[in-house]
Amino acid sequence: MGVEPESGTLATTTMPPVEQEIADELDDRVKKYLRGEGANLKVLQDKKLRGQLAVREDLYGKSAKAAAKAEKWLMPSEGGYLETEGIEKTWRIKQEAIAREVDILSSRNQYDIVLPDLGPYTMDFTLSGRYMAIGGQKGHLAIVDMKNMNLIKEFQVRETVRDVVFLHNELFFAAAQKKYPYIYSRDGTELHCLKEHGAVVRLQFLKNHFLLASINKFGQLHYQDVTMGEMIGNYRTGLGRTDVMQVNPFNGVIALGHSGGTVSMWKPTSAAPLLKMLCHRGPISALAFHPNGHLMATAGKEKKIKLWDLRKLDSELQVIHGHAKTLDFSQKGLLARGTGSFVQILSDFSGTQNYSRYMGHSIVKGYQIGKVLFRPYEDVLGIGHSMGWSSILIPGSGEPNFDSWVANPFETSKQRREKEVRSLLDKLPPETIMLDPTKIGTVKPARKKEKPSKQERETEMEAAVEAAKGIVLKKKTKGRNKPSKKTRKSKEMIAKAKRPFLEQQRLEEEQLAAKKKQRVSEQVPLPKSLQRFARKESLT
Amino acid sequence: MKVKVISRSTDEFTRERSQDLQRVFRNFDPNIRTQEKAVEYVRALNAAKLEKIFARPFIGAMDGHVDAISCMAKNPNHLKGIFSGSMDGDIRLWDIASRKTVCQFPGHQGAVRGLAVSTDGRILVSCGTDCTVRLWNVPVSSLTELNDSSDKSAEPIAEYVWKNAFVAVDHQWDDDRFATGGPGVHIWNLNKSTPEKSFEGGTDTVISVRFNPAERNVLATSANDRRITLYDVRMSSKIGTVMMMTKTNSISWNPMEPFNFTAANEDCNCYTYDMRKLDEAKCVHKDHVSSVMDIDYSPTGREFVTGSYDRTVRIFQYNGGHSREIYHTKRMQRVFCVKFSCDASYVISGSDDTNLRLWKAKASEQLGVLLPREQMRHNYHEAVKNRYKHLPEVKRIVRHRHLPKPIFKAAALRRTVYETQKRKEERRKAHSAPGSIITQPLRKRRILKADE
Repeated sequence: MGVEPESGTLATTTMPPVEQEIADELDDRVKKYLRGEGANLKVLQDKKLRGQLAVREDLYGKSAKAAAKAEKWLMPSEGGYLETEGIEKTWRIKQEAIAREVDILSSRNQYDIVLPDLGPYTMDFTLSGRYMAIGGQKGHLAIVDMKNMNLIKEFQVRETVRDVVFLHNELFFAAAQKKYPYIYSRDGTELHCLKEHGAVVRLQFLKNHFLLASINKFGQLHYQDVTMGEMIGNYRTGLGRTDVMQVNPFNGVIALGHSGGTVSMWKPTSAAPLLKMLCHRGPISALAFHPNGHLMATAGKEKKIKLWDLRKLDSELQVIHGHAKTLDFSQKGLLARGTGSFVQILSDFSGTQNYSRYMGHSIVKGYQIGKVLFRPYEDVLGIGHSMGWSSILIPGSGEPNFDSWVANPFETSKQRREKEVRSLLDKLPPETIMLDPTKIGTVKPARKKEKPSKQERETEMEAAVEAAKGIVLKKKTKGRNKPSKKTRKSKEMIAKAKRPFLEQQRLEEEQLAAKKKQRVSEQVPLPKSLQRFARKESLT
Repeated sequence: MKVKVISRSTDEFTRERSQDLQRVFRNFDPNIRTQEKAVEYVRALNAAKLEKIFARPFIGAMDGHVDAISCMAKNPNHLKGIFSGSMDGDIRLWDIASRKTVCQFPGHQGAVRGLAVSTDGRILVSCGTDCTVRLWNVPVSSLTELNDSSDKSAEPIAEYVWKNAFVAVDHQWDDDRFATGGPGVHIWNLNKSTPEKSFEGGTDTVISVRFNPAERNVLATSANDRRITLYDVRMSSKIGTVMMMTKTNSISWNPMEPFNFTAANEDCNCYTYDMRKLDEAKCVHKDHVSSVMDIDYSPTGREFVTGSYDRTVRIFQYNGGHSREIYHTKRMQRVFCVKFSCDASYVISGSDDTNLRLWKAKASEQLGVLLPREQMRHNYHEAVKNRYKHLPEVKRIVRHRHLPKPIFKAAALRRTVYETQKRKEERRKAHSAPGSIITQPLRKRRILKADE
C-alpha cells in the first residue's frame, strides 16, 4: 500500500489513485468486522493445531472482507451530518435553522410537549427506537408510538414515579413507584408488583439476560429474572443512596455513581463490586457508557465531566468543565449533557476520543432538564424536563442502518412474536456478565497441583529441623552458658521450627473430622417400620 | 450549512402488498450486537442439548430369520436391498425401506457363512458349511416394484461342491471372479465349477476374505492362525503378511484411501494398516469390551461401523482412537455382522437374536426432505457446536452416552487393568538401567511378526 502517485513512473506496479483510495477505505471497513486481532499462531508448538487455526483465521479474514464489500448493498442509508461553510460554527446553529433545511418527515421530530401538572418527566425508548415510555413524577405513565406520534396508552397511578424502563419489547414496561416497582403491560394493566425490590430509585433492564436491575432508597441492588421471576441477586452496596445507575451495554455490568465520588461496578453473581474507582472529588451526578463499551463518561457535582477508557483505568482520558445533571451517549458516539435548561452535544470529530462541543440547545428558561436520551436508529434526542418533554434533531447521532433481526423499527406483531421466542432461546445466564466478555468461550489452562503431598511436607519439616539443629548458640556470660540451658534452648528452637508444620497438620485433621461428622449427621435415621430392612451396620 | 438527518419513509421499509414477503435489512456491525460470544456459546450449548434430545438412532428391526444372522451383503447397484444369511441355511433379500423380506433363497443344508454380490448387482454368491458354493440370480424386478405377495423363493443358477466347508466369500470388483475362504483361499470364476487358483499358504482356516475396491486383484485375508495375509490373485505367492497376538475376525478396505484397511480384532480393538507398511498399525481404535466380530467402511471412507460380541455396534472415525457413537438395545444379542448402507446414512446390524436392525448413521439426523431453512439451521448448529466443543460443558453433553451396565463395568475393569499395567511398566522402567526397557507403542505392541 502507501504508494505515492507522483513517484509512480512505472504505472504497472502502482494502482491508480482512485482504486488505491477504494482499497484503503475497504481496509478500514474490514477492520470493523474483524473484531480485533487474530490469534498469534507462531507461539503454537502443535503443528496440526496451527494448521487448523491458520485455516480458521483465513476464513475469518475472508468473511470480514465479504461483509465489508457487501456493506454497499446491504446498508443503503447514509448517516446524518451537519456541515458548515465559512465562519459558521456548528454549535451556533439553532434548531429552527435545521428545521428549515430538513424534510417534513424529520422536522416532525422537533416538538415540545408541555405538561405542567405532572412533571418532571423521565423517559425510555425501546431497542428499535419505535416506542417511548414516559413517566411523570406525579404519577403520569404513557406509551407513545414515535413513528406516527400515536398515544398508545396513558394512565395515572396517583403516586410518585421515579423511573420507567421498557422490558424486552414494547409490550411490557416497569415503573419505579413510591413504595415498589410495578410491571405494566402495554395497555396499562398492572401485571406484577415487585415488593422485594423496595422503594426503587432507578431501574435498568439487561436485554440479553432478561434481568431487571434496580437500586433502591437504601442502596440495595436487586437483580430479578423477568422470565421466571427468580431473584438472582440482592446486594447491599453499602455506599449510601444513589440515583445514578447505568448498565454497560457491552458486557452487562452495572455501574453505580455514589455520593462519595466513587463509581462501583457490579455483576449479579458476586456480593462485592467488581471494581470501585474514585472518579470525582464531589458526588457523582451522572454516568453514561459508549455503545462499544470501552468509554465511560462521569459527571461530578464539582463541575467536571470526565471520560474514562475502561480498558485502561489508571487515569481519565479527558476532563471537560461543566455540570451535568444527565449524560447519554448516542449510537454513533455523540455525548449529550443536560444541565438546568441547557443541552450540549459533544462529539469526537477526529475519532481520537477527544470530545469537543458540537451542538447546543436551550429550552425555555426555568424548565429543569431531568433526563436526556438519544433515540436509537434516529437523529433525535429526547429531553425529559420539569414541564413535559421535548425532542430535538441532532444530525449524525443515530445508526442509519438497522438490522431486522436485531432491532426493527418497522416490526410487525408476527415478527415481534418470533423475535421474543428467539431471544428467549438465546437468553444468557447471569454468569456471563463480566468485565471482559471476550473471555467467554476460551479454555482455561489446566491448573497445576498446588497442595504438597504428605511426603513432601515431611521432608520439608525434616529439613527445617535439621536447619534448627545446625544453629550455633552464641557464647553467653557466666551462669547463662550452662549445658542444661544450652540444650533447653536448642530444644526450644527445634520445637519452634516444627510448630507451623504441626499446626497445619492439626488443622487438616480437624477439617477432615468435621467433614466425617457432617456425613454421619446427614444420614437420616429410618422410620421404625423400615428399620428391619436396613443393613446391620446402619442400625448400630 | 448542509444538513442531513436520518429519515425513513414507511413505504420504503415495509412491503407494498400483503402478499409480498416482509422486507429484511441487515447490518453486520459488531457494535449493535452486544455479547456476541456469550450468545453464541449459549446457542452451542442449546445445540448440544438438542442433539441429545433428538438422538433416536434405532429405526426398526427386520424380523424373519429363525436362527442367528451370520453374514450380510449389500447390493452395490440397489440402495434398498440387503442380503442376509443365517445359521440354518436361510438366505433372504430385504427391502430396507419397507423392512420386509422380498425374496428367499432356500437350498443350503448347513449354516450360510458368506455372502457376496457381483459389482453389477446381478449375481449373488453364497457359501456355507455344507461345502457348497451357490450362485443365484438376484431378482431385479421384485426390488423395483414392491408387490405384497412376500416370500418369493428363487432357485440357484449353479451349485459347486468342494472338499471342505467355506467360511467366507467375497466378489471381485468389476470382474467375474470371487474368492472363498476355508482351509485355504480359493479363487473361483463364476462360470467354472472348480476353483481357478488356490492359496494354501496358511496352516489354519481363513475366516475372512476381502478384495480391494480399487486395485481389484489385491485380496486381504485373515486366518485362525492370527495372520492377516495380502495376496495378488495374479501371482502364486502372498505379497504381505502380518501376524498379531490375537486373530482378526474381519477386514474392511477404506474405499477412499484404498491402500488402507482396518482389521477387527479379537482383542476388542480395531487396527488400521497401510498395506505398504505392515510392521506398524496406523491407528488403533479402542472402545469395545469384547471381540469385534465385523467391520464395514462407510462409502465416504471417513468412518466405519463395527459390531462386537459385547452386544453393541459402534461407529468410529477413520482416524479416531475412540468411537464417536455406540448403539445398543436391550434385545440385541451378540452382533455378528454389520454393514454401512451405500448412501452412508444408515447402518444395518445382524445379531444372534435372528434380527437385522436398522440404525441411523448420525443419531440425531432429521430424516426426510429438509427445507432450505431447516438445512441452514442444522448447519449453523453444527458449526457453533464445533466451535465450542472444547469447552467443558459442551464437551460433557456431546460426549455423554448411556451405556448398558455390563458394558460400563467391563469398560471400567479394562481401564483399571490398563492403568495397572501402565503403572507397573513405569515402575519397572524406573528401577532398571536407563534404556534397558523400551515401551512399544500400542500400534506395534500387538504385532508379532510382519513381512512384506
